[in-house]
Amino acid sequence: MAKIIVVTSGKGGVGKTTSAAAIATGLALRGNKTVVIDFDVGLRNLDLIMGCERRVVYDLVNVIQGEAGLNQALIRDKRTENLHILPASQTRDKDALTMEGVERVLDSLSEEYDYIVCDSPAGIERGAQLAMYYADEAIVVTNPEVSSVRDSDRILGLLASKTRRAEQNMDPVRERLLITRYDPNRVDTGDMLNLEDIQEILAIKLVGLIPESEAVLRASNQGVPVTHDQQSDAGQAYADTVSRLMGEEIPLRFHQAQKRGFLSRVFGGGRR
Amino acid sequence: MKLLDFLKGERKKSASVAKERLQIIVAHQRSQRDQPDYMPMLERELLEVIRRYVEVDQDAINISLDSEDNCSILELNVTLPNRS
Repeated sequence: MAKIIVVTSGKGGVGKTTSAAAIATGLALRGNKTVVIDFDVGLRNLDLIMGCERRVVYDLVNVIQGEAGLNQALIRDKRTENLHILPASQTRDKDALTMEGVERVLDSLSEEYDYIVCDSPAGIERGAQLAMYYADEAIVVTNPEVSSVRDSDRILGLLASKTRRAEQNMDPVRERLLITRYDPNRVDTGDMLNLEDIQEILAIKLVGLIPESEAVLRASNQGVPVTHDQQSDAGQAYADTVSRLMGEEIPLRFHQAQKRGFLSRVFGGGRR
Repeated sequence: MKLLDFLKGERKKSASVAKERLQIIVAHQRSQRDQPDYMPMLERELLEVIRRYVEVDQDAINISLDSEDNCSILELNVTLPNRS
């Protein structure tokens, strides 16, 4: 039985796809059989972030509509063993996904994999609700910014009511907060919400904190999930997040501003 | 640092303004979370009916649904303007 994790947020552009790709990669690197599914029908992008955009032949909608088998649509990741990608359809309308179809796909993947990571589309419409419906765990990606925090709270409301676990009175979906694009320097100057404030407002447990990092754009440019860049702060922060998802208790990193030396303070400069 | 801010007449930090605003809006969102879908519509229509008789503001109506044991209570509060 696979564990189904949805990566969701409500607001767009906060780092859902980056996080889904990085976390799925991290889980696979730790030896878990992992598949990551793009639920953003019409606006697929996970393939690009995973660097397999030219190998997409069939997609999730093809499988649901019976035009292709699951194994024809699954793309094997070139860099990471144990990792597969199931891309979203580029062309068809959003109604192409059906609840029964999604359940069938998840059920058969569940037999073979340890983790199924669902990359949700933005918004709270049908696509987002389908992505979260069968989830066991939810990673709520949030930026330290008012509209993102508010939308995350809306998503928490949906997770508590519009999921299989909620409707069938099972244990609730386990909700975890992933803060991305965190800038400790701006937190220190009082111009960015700090992680304690965000946790207090949303009242869910933190699973990871990803600092604002140049490595993320570099990774997406190259189509290599940032987890592979273990020199970078973001890559290490995602690896930490994966460890916590797997049940390890490890201390938080990258949440404090780097102490700047006397010279860099006098002359400015230094990377921020 | 605090003293310096004070001397410069520094405004409140923007992050704490953000936090206060979020706490209010999130509390409001959560109070509506468990309400049935028809509540906003019910609220609107009730307001329309009241307005046929009394001139009240848009925000003069407050409606909530509470559940206790095995009954639900629909509470409606309307602030009427002062009689002049």
